[in-house]
Amino acid sequence: MIRAAIVGGAGYIGGELLRLLLGHPEVEVVASTSARLAGRRVDGSHPNLRGLTDLVHSSPDALPDCDAVFFASSGLDDPAQRAALASRAKLVFDLSADLRLTDPALFAKHYGAHPTPDLLGTATRGLPEVDRAALRTANLVSVPGCMATAGILGLRPLVEFIDGPVTVDGRVGSSGSGASAGEMNLHAERANVLRVFAPLGHRHQAEISQATGLTVRMTATGVDAVRGVQVLCRTQVRAGVTETDIRKAYRAAYADEPFVRVVAQKRGNYRLPEPKILLGSNFCDVGFALDADTRELLVVGALDNLVKGGSGNAVQSLNIRMGWDERLGLGFPGLHPV
Amino acid sequence: MSVQSCPECAADVAFAAPPELNEIIECGECAGELEVVSVDPLIIAVAPEAEEDWGE
Ligand SMILES: [Zn+2]
Repeated sequence: MIRAAIVGGAGYIGGELLRLLLGHPEVEVVASTSARLAGRRVDGSHPNLRGLTDLVHSSPDALPDCDAVFFASSGLDDPAQRAALASRAKLVFDLSADLRLTDPALFAKHYGAHPTPDLLGTATRGLPEVDRAALRTANLVSVPGCMATAGILGLRPLVEFIDGPVTVDGRVGSSGSGASAGEMNLHAERANVLRVFAPLGHRHQAEISQATGLTVRMTATGVDAVRGVQVLCRTQVRAGVTETDIRKAYRAAYADEPFVRVVAQKRGNYRLPEPKILLGSNFCDVGFALDADTRELLVVGALDNLVKGGSGNAVQSLNIRMGWDERLGLGFPGLHPV
Repeated sequence: MSVQSCPECAADVAFAAPPELNEIIECGECAGELEVVSVDPLIIAVAPEAEEDWGE
């Protein structure tokens, strides 16, 4: 058993980390911090956890020493506190965007100037399908963004076939914007939306470029769903690339992966990846369509933004780091119908 | 058990029992319906599928 703590446990990502870690056979959750809700019960923030824990959110200052700490919120506002919290554990998993980009100038372009730019480039990316070898010994892990994860897993095996820039159209449910209240999160403003909130240059495009070497342009749209991410990636392939080539490349990359499934089927209601059936699961489904005549390739990726797009990836990375079965604590297969 | 390559996606398609003429099997990868059009030699072909259109 190891002792784990969550910084920022009152948010949606924090809640999903709690759900997964409370069900993990090798992990004891010893603390969840929340500056806003210190002293309040964890199951008050996350009612699905009633009966599973009597934990109470603590102030960040009261974080105990433990084996692993998970940052579920950004520490950029208070770098000194972030450093103090990180020093409480040997293993640090950062689920915020704080450490995702390695280039300070690129970080500044998308997020503003980093208060401690020396930290950029020090973390191992927590994307098991790409970074497994490095994760076995990593003590500081940066979990990639939700839409970035879907885009990277969809595109990366196909990089050698792609000829030209990739246009990524990301769609995301409202939980992607966090648990804080605000006018933009009123039900009246959120319901029924197809809101193009990032028409050009969404932040996750930098992560997809960084991981694939491709030129990526990204648009993001908020849709009328609580959870779920789907990315549509449009590009051109080199002359002569066939559907069989693409399937072969996907098979080589993912045949042995526990949480990536290739979904490009000819029949049924779910022919291409769709987040609806992935909610609560750690799966990322990837699929594609190819028009060999025009060389047009569409890559589709889908996942639950809070699980494979965040907390599940972090737990899978922890499992790899500890040498455990990667599937520990991540067995939930999703629901159908839902 | 005999194994054939799916004509649609090239995944392995395994027959538990000896295949019969006109038998329909489903590819596990692309979910295409495949028909046994010849037993000796064993040949499988793709059966036609219906398309969807939500944008009418
Ligand atoms: Zn097939």
